[in-house]
Amino acid sequence: MSQRTPLARVRGLGSAKGGTEHFWMQRVTAVANVFLVCFLIGLMLALAGADHATVKRALARPEIAIPLLLLVLSGVVHMRLGMQTIIEDYVHSEGRKVAALMLNSFFAILVGITCVFAVLKLSFGV
Amino acid sequence: MAENKRTVERPLSPHLSIYRPQINMVMSIVHRLTGAALYFGTLLLAAWLIAAAMGERPFAVVNEILGHPLGRLVLLGYSWALIHHMLGGMRHLLWDTGRGLGLRAVDFLSWLTIVGSLSLTVALWAVGVSLRGGL
Repeated sequence: MSQRTPLARVRGLGSAKGGTEHFWMQRVTAVANVFLVCFLIGLMLALAGADHATVKRALARPEIAIPLLLLVLSGVVHMRLGMQTIIEDYVHSEGRKVAALMLNSFFAILVGITCVFAVLKLSFGV
Repeated sequence: MAENKRTVERPLSPHLSIYRPQINMVMSIVHRLTGAALYFGTLLLAAWLIAAAMGERPFAVVNEILGHPLGRLVLLGYSWALIHHMLGGMRHLLWDTGRGLGLRAVDFLSWLTIVGSLSLTVALWAVGVSLRGGL
């Protein structure tokens, strides 16, 4: 016999599996992204069409690399949650839904790691 | 769950195809579309960054592609989607606090989102072009 309370057993078993965390994390990253996206727009204005040496020099500066890394992290978390909502809205067969959600996670993590690797490599200059 | 087969034919509530398009509804759809577009648009940023990390030649290739008129068109769309999704998101954050949910406020905020995103995008590209002294 289970020693857990009925509430503990039912937690996380709704259709969303973890609705409040999803909702809240989407908001937290949204607020962060407002600032970080403004930073990205400024950076793109400064670096659009710039040559390799200029970009490398810019990304070697911590005050540029750090916000960019924050944007990548906050951005991929936000976009993964957003795409998850879209998938859950439109893909109804359980198997295809699970596969799509998995692909969504893979894509977000791949994009995130690629960007982080690139920024760090440029920053550390190896 | 969706798998449950309904035996009773229940009446369905009216959906998108029934309503005349209204600005708040259109902005809701556009918010989702721009979000999905930005999802794949991150590949642009990833490509630009990884090319820069790989060295001068790959970076020159990516710069060449993005600098091409078609590449610029994609970047124009990307920047608009980014700004639009950001403004739409701020509207949603305001709504999350329970404010701005009256009919007039909803319409006003929806129009503000599209007018704001279009004019900010134009302003951004105007600054970008002038910084570079021409296209």
